[in-house]
Amino acid sequence: MSLLTPDLGLLFWMLLSFLIVFGALAKFGFPVITGMVEKRRTHIEESLSAADEARQRLEGVEEEAQKMMEDATRRSKEMLSSAVADSQHIVEAARQRAEADVAARMEAARTQIEIEKQKALGELRTTVALLSVDVAEKVLRQRLEEGSASGEYIDRLIEEAEQKGVQHKS
Amino acid sequence: MKPRLRNITLLLTMLLVGALWGGVYAQSEEPRPASNDAQKVQEAEEGFDVVGLIFDHISDAYSWHIATYKGHHIEIPLPCIVRSRTEGWEVFLSSRLAHGHSYKGFSIAPEGAEWEGKIVATGADGEVYRPIDLSITKNAAGVIINSLILLVVILGCARWYKRRDYSIYAVPKGFVGAVEMLIVSLVDDVIRPSVGKDYKRYAPYLLTAFFFIFINNLMGLVPTFPGGANTTGNIAITLILALATMFAVNVFGNKEYWKEILWPDVPIWMKCPIPLMPVIELFGIISKPFALTIRLFANTLAGHMVILALTSLVFVSATMGTTMNIVMTIFSVLLTVFMLVLEILVAYIQAYVFTMLSSVFVGLSRKDHHEARKEKTKQSE
Repeated sequence: MSLLTPDLGLLFWMLLSFLIVFGALAKFGFPVITGMVEKRRTHIEESLSAADEARQRLEGVEEEAQKMMEDATRRSKEMLSSAVADSQHIVEAARQRAEADVAARMEAARTQIEIEKQKALGELRTTVALLSVDVAEKVLRQRLEEGSASGEYIDRLIEEAEQKGVQHKS
Repeated sequence: MKPRLRNITLLLTMLLVGALWGGVYAQSEEPRPASNDAQKVQEAEEGFDVVGLIFDHISDAYSWHIATYKGHHIEIPLPCIVRSRTEGWEVFLSSRLAHGHSYKGFSIAPEGAEWEGKIVATGADGEVYRPIDLSITKNAAGVIINSLILLVVILGCARWYKRRDYSIYAVPKGFVGAVEMLIVSLVDDVIRPSVGKDYKRYAPYLLTAFFFIFINNLMGLVPTFPGGANTTGNIAITLILALATMFAVNVFGNKEYWKEILWPDVPIWMKCPIPLMPVIELFGIISKPFALTIRLFANTLAGHMVILALTSLVFVSATMGTTMNIVMTIFSVLLTVFMLVLEILVAYIQAYVFTMLSSVFVGLSRKDHHEARKEKTKQSE
């Protein structure tokens, strides 16, 4: 058989075989494989980008957590210092109030004592006056009874009593 | 490493010395002209016909010859399907025509006659003619066997994914992985860059062409049944493949492609009164598949011829004395192994080249206007 002249029978069988092979492989063979490869490739790409995104987000989250931690520490410090100040305030205020209270009470007591003293003094003075009047009365009566008492002496006593009253008033 | 190197050096020295000595011996014993004519070689080597052996192998046959043992041919008979002018279609086994027998008026034309080696029919009036012959010859059977292997391989790989419910987490290893890798490398490195944007439409055809050629090339290197048929070294096979590419290129070619052929962008006098450029371009439509046909055919054929010629050294040197024969045998085996390994590479390269050229031709036929414009402006710059 000649090398360079194609044989009809072989052409026929080759064409038939090739068409069948092509038909079968183009429908059930290569598209499946290339499709799977394509699918896997897109999946890998998506996964990579997702992982990248997740990593970036994680970095962001870490940063945020750090920030939050710092914030919290700062705020707790602030709160602590403000609480200390507040407590000092409160203590100061309470002390002041207590002092004021004590002072007011002492003032009231003093006033009361003064009033009581004045009252007692008044009563005492009245009693003394009454007593002295009584004494004077008794003395006077005795003198008068002795008969030696002159009008002169009575005047002098009255004068003294008046002077005493003026002195006390002023 | 060192002992191995020494062994190789020793072997090469032996080969060289042996070859030199053998050459002197052969010249002194049997002075003869260095003609390579089949007849003379046959005479000189006492019936061993190298050219005949090579041509028996590379050409088609009606039966699948495996070996000859003590003058008896061990071969697989293949179905002959012929249509005679009087009887219509006839189907019979090729064994009926062996040894010059004739069956129902059919026989194989003897050496030197017209249609040598093919089935001829003898009519009632004694007229010898060639019937319509759709016999499943050795090459046809080889193509069918290789097609089945190809179908099993690729559909098996596709089934591998199906069995795993097309899960994206199913990543093949081993053989399926290798096939997938080959497909991916072809699609990414050859088909996509060459064809352009609608490469997905053409990828199945181009991949089929690649694997078809590759399997046929590899099976052609297997020495005996079910391989050994010189399929891709037969012009009918490569012609069909090239015509398939021609079909894909010209039938799906777009407007831009046909415009570049029929009204190319050249000075008007080159295309107006005498359509010089269109004729050249039209010739290109024929020459492209022709080049594809011849390239694949000639490369495969040459590879087979070289391997067979080297193997024949063993038998050719049989009459040249024992030393010569031993040396030539070692030489032959070494070179044949080398050539076979090289041919495995060539099997891949030729399939790759065919696919690449087909992709480029398809890409040229799918060029869009915009792209063509860009190229032109680039050239003018």
